[in-house]
Amino acid sequence: MRGASVALDARGVSVEIDGRQILADASIRVFSGEIVALIGPNGAGKSTLLAALTGDQPRTSGTIEIAARPLDDWKLKELAQQRAVLLQENGVFFPFTVEQVVEMGRAPWQRTPLDHDDEEAVDEAIRLTDIERFRHRQVPSLSGGERARSAFARVLAQRTGILLLDEPTAALDLRHQEDVLRLARQRAHAGDAVIVVLHDLNLAAAYADRIALLSSGRIVAQGSPREVLTVERISDVYAQPVEVITHPQTGATIILPVREELSVSRTNDHSLPRTTARSRIALPRKASS
Amino acid sequence: MTAVDDATRTNQPSRESSADPLPRTVSARRRVLLITGLAIALAIMALVSAGTGQLYVSPAEVFGSIMHAIGLDLGPLPAHPNGESALWTIRFPRVAMSIVIGAALAAAGLLMQAVFGNPLADPGVIGVSSGAALGASATIVFGWAFFGEWTTAVAAFITGLAATFVVYFMSRSGGKTEVVTLVLTGIAVNAFTGAGLALMTFLGDQAAREQIVFWQLGSLNGSRWQQFSIVLPLIVVGVVVAFVISHRLDLLSLGERSARHLGVNVEGLRIVAIVVTALLVAAAVSFAGIIAFVGLVIPHLMRMIIGPAHRPLLVASVLGGALLLLTADLVARTAVPMADLPIGMLTSLVGGPFFFWLLRRARRSAGGWG
Repeated sequence: MRGASVALDARGVSVEIDGRQILADASIRVFSGEIVALIGPNGAGKSTLLAALTGDQPRTSGTIEIAARPLDDWKLKELAQQRAVLLQENGVFFPFTVEQVVEMGRAPWQRTPLDHDDEEAVDEAIRLTDIERFRHRQVPSLSGGERARSAFARVLAQRTGILLLDEPTAALDLRHQEDVLRLARQRAHAGDAVIVVLHDLNLAAAYADRIALLSSGRIVAQGSPREVLTVERISDVYAQPVEVITHPQTGATIILPVREELSVSRTNDHSLPRTTARSRIALPRKASS
Repeated sequence: MTAVDDATRTNQPSRESSADPLPRTVSARRRVLLITGLAIALAIMALVSAGTGQLYVSPAEVFGSIMHAIGLDLGPLPAHPNGESALWTIRFPRVAMSIVIGAALAAAGLLMQAVFGNPLADPGVIGVSSGAALGASATIVFGWAFFGEWTTAVAAFITGLAATFVVYFMSRSGGKTEVVTLVLTGIAVNAFTGAGLALMTFLGDQAAREQIVFWQLGSLNGSRWQQFSIVLPLIVVGVVVAFVISHRLDLLSLGERSARHLGVNVEGLRIVAIVVTALLVAAAVSFAGIIAFVGLVIPHLMRMIIGPAHRPLLVASVLGGALLLLTADLVARTAVPMADLPIGMLTSLVGGPFFFWLLRRARRSAGGWG
């Protein structure tokens, strides 16, 4: 890891849309070499915060600095050499191939000494995100998950010191979710700063160095996964009782929603014929409703 | 970045990728083939077209006439006593006009499609052409001549630009343009400019009316060198600017936010593209009237052959548009003996069904533009 410098510093960021406060007084500082996860229930303001950090969402107050320079002072091209952004929508208007889209990630380096690396950066990103198989296929013909991985490859190919990822795992299967965060982890180890919006609390617990928990437009907790992911706080913010378990072998934090009825009714399911099992599950549900 | 363990695990057998339909080398070869093929076809077609008509001149003689004119003693001169003058005063200006106007329309269509992120955008369909025709007809009806021989082109540019901006602001929402919104906006703009043209027809005298009808139908009849000398620089500037911004247009296909995060000044790029579109359309409309669908059909066909990357697509579309209009004009003036059909009618005759087909495809793949 390089010396941990501040990659991104946001202070007192507020966003109002049509008179409604979407984000209030959010402050977050991200150092190079760490992954910071933004979590929170739907509508808590995670994506708005990320959009404000990228500059896509105009803020009503607050300051944002990228590499110790105010966001608004950056030229677009220089900024694109510092920071890559992966959005939730990653459709492409015309039938570009996956490879062409990944190559677009190299655009900020055009006519710089680093454009010699273009081919290598593209090949590496394609290899790492496991999209070699459909490298020459047209993006509009791909599934949502394949498109998301192509977009992620484009962001990796940009080779910037700061990565902002808005729900990069949303459309992905189990293995590729892990892949994306493993790659983010590797980038952080190499000294990059990663800010990632996540829905899956277990992924956040496993991969983030720090977590910022948002609720109703405010950052209500910020710290290590162990500090932030407490039973009371998560149960309260998500309005859903949870259990926080420590994995017996790895010591990893695991968050599980409390599902009392199901766990009781399933106790002996393995020994029962299918039909019986189903009716046994259905019965208590009916009784409770 | 170190990712050795991950890499070995995720690396798929390369056998699968070698079976791909369009690997890099194949697509590059296809581009070269298409562009050279179009260029050769265009050259041959120009020689044939210039020689065809009531007075026939063989392609070899046409070639010889051009070579002699640029000081090379190559090929035969036209055998017919009036051949030389027919070529240089009537045929060549018309051939040259059809080439540059076809190129301009195809380039304008391509730019619009990039700006709107929608392959159904076409200057004729969305009303930019008729907007430009409105300005052009006003100069005739009111006898304006602020800019001398450039007046018509300038007026066409101003109203064409206004029409483009109207469509742009009316049809976009949330950073993209839905097919339905775009086409409906086109109907509205066409209705409005149609009313304007009707008013001009009403106000104008006999000669002005003929001129307006001529614009509405579209024709290259009566093209002159003097017109060509006005149109050519406008179109050259437009195509060159389009070429310069073509890489950034690729990035725009990712959506405006992603394009911005790759360093593109999206608003600036859009405005440049819109102004250039209006410039190209105005240049085309000023002297040839409304010729629809070239900007729709050509970029679409080229995209199907060589893919959507804008730089090669622009080159192929410019050549393809020129070839299409050159051919269409040959048909327009030779299909019916002693009659000069309006070329706009011909392109719409072919373009209309094509547009139908595109719409049906768009509907089938429900939102499949994205």
